Amino acid sequence: MRRGPSAFNIAAIVLGMGFLYLPIVLLVIYSFNESRLVTVWGGFSTRWYVSLLQNEQLLAAAWVTLRVAFVSATLATILGTLAALGLVRAGRFRGRTLFSSMTYAPLVMPEVILGLSLLLLFVSVGVARGFWTVMIAHTTLTLCYATVVVQARLVSFDEALEEAARDLGAPPWKAFALVTLPNIAPAVAAAWMLAFTLSLDDLVIASFTSGPGATTLPIRIYSAVRLGVSPEINAISTLLIGLVATGVIAVYLLNMRRRTAAP
Amino acid sequence: MSVTGAPRPRRPWRRLGRPRGSSSWEARAALLPYLWLGLFFFVPFLLVAKLSLSDVVLAIPPYAPRLDWSAGLPGLIAFVRALDFEAYARMGQDGLYLAAYLSSLKFAAVATAILLLVGYPLAYGMARCGPSVRQALLMAVILPFWTSFLIRVYAWIAILKPAGLLNMALAQIGLPPVDILNTDTAVYIGLVYAYLPFMVLPLYAVLERQEAGLLEAAADLGCTPFQSFWRVTFPLSLPGVAAGALLCFIPMVGEFVIPDLLGGSGTLMLGKTIWTEFFSNRDWPAASAVAIVLLATLVIPILLFQRQQTKMMEQR
Repeated sequence: MRRGPSAFNIAAIVLGMGFLYLPIVLLVIYSFNESRLVTVWGGFSTRWYVSLLQNEQLLAAAWVTLRVAFVSATLATILGTLAALGLVRAGRFRGRTLFSSMTYAPLVMPEVILGLSLLLLFVSVGVARGFWTVMIAHTTLTLCYATVVVQARLVSFDEALEEAARDLGAPPWKAFALVTLPNIAPAVAAAWMLAFTLSLDDLVIASFTSGPGATTLPIRIYSAVRLGVSPEINAISTLLIGLVATGVIAVYLLNMRRRTAAP
Repeated sequence: MSVTGAPRPRRPWRRLGRPRGSSSWEARAALLPYLWLGLFFFVPFLLVAKLSLSDVVLAIPPYAPRLDWSAGLPGLIAFVRALDFEAYARMGQDGLYLAAYLSSLKFAAVATAILLLVGYPLAYGMARCGPSVRQALLMAVILPFWTSFLIRVYAWIAILKPAGLLNMALAQIGLPPVDILNTDTAVYIGLVYAYLPFMVLPLYAVLERQEAGLLEAAADLGCTPFQSFWRVTFPLSLPGVAAGALLCFIPMVGEFVIPDLLGGSGTLMLGKTIWTEFFSNRDWPAASAVAIVLLATLVIPILLFQRQQTKMMEQR
């Protein structure tokens, strides 16, 4: 569809984007506020970023969160890629409907249900809650997102290429590693990024499945937010937003360059 | 073929209709995520169902009966006998649960309708821009989805609170202050804000693929722009409308963070109920029973969503 945007279309875009970005922009601006009162501008200052560096609880939580996100994103990307391969290429196998429903359901399942159900599993098995339980919970959630991202790329990939490699004598795993994998690599990278940020971001599931030793950053932020708005939260939020935005834009630009390089 | 020597039709990974087919190691590889989801997604649901039939006790973990595997079959029978529907009965008697249930559905339904009204013009406008602008706008819609949900909800607290940025702006232009934070209005704002990308993306996907020729044909046949929108563009975009609505409605019914941070003490939603029962009241059976009721309500929308997803993936 293309006829050029009308004035109405432009207004809709401007208002929509304003709505999406204004709160984030305000949050970033006020993270540089000298005053402790979030809504009173007291001049430009980076003191809240400095005070973040001295907040050991917050730093410890950030470290736990990054580790959980890294491990769970890696695991979820591997499992998700395998699941996508199964869904796209294995045709109709028994239990395919069950499998595909298990991969799509967590995408929309309310997080409280996922968190509660996983917690009950850990309790009934008798595992102490901590790093590994959060990691497993996040892998389960993000594996589904990873599957969908890789699957979307895989359906448009011409399987004949891999078959050709096999006809030329490559064993199946080699044909996959040398032909298919490089081709779906951007999607795999995007899947990892998505899994990583979702894990970084999750409050509800982590609250249910983490233990005393593994308080994640969103849990810390949440308990601080409940006490009220503070410029320190603005500062850590700005750092997180900056981190994620840089990553997303980098992956996006990388994909764009590839696409223009190999039409 | 495989070395397991199983009878051929039993092999789930055997591809049908592809005689020159690969050995389909892919299907075997998929067993791994399949196992993972079975263990960490499917089994836990059975546990929630079981727990919803248990009773609260003062112990760690705070529920009974617990299945004693060493007691064998008699132990199992005793265990099953001790299960009851008490948690559900309590839910039926306490009007607060019913109120939370209805109010969750109302919040989700109204917010989905507002999202459609806000998201459709945005997606439509994006689809009518030139290719490079479209790409940039698409990126701009996706980006907030990647940034923390919690942080984006938090950003609204500073705007909506009594001495917040909104009231400061209102005072500047000489308008009286409004008291929005901790009301249902704030919850609606938060829901619409947080879920807007989920509504815009599927709508944009269908609108972008629509052929300009269709609208030209409608215009040639004498349609006014509004008529051609209402009779051509909109009906053709219905799959996107359905996808967006489901993608927003289902998780919103069980939303916790938004009603908790932006809503007031009178804001009732099931996600919050589950959280409170679990963390504050330590009533695990009640939390499980609410989760089961929530899930039962969402089964049909979730199945619709899955059908839609599968169709979309196969259409490509």
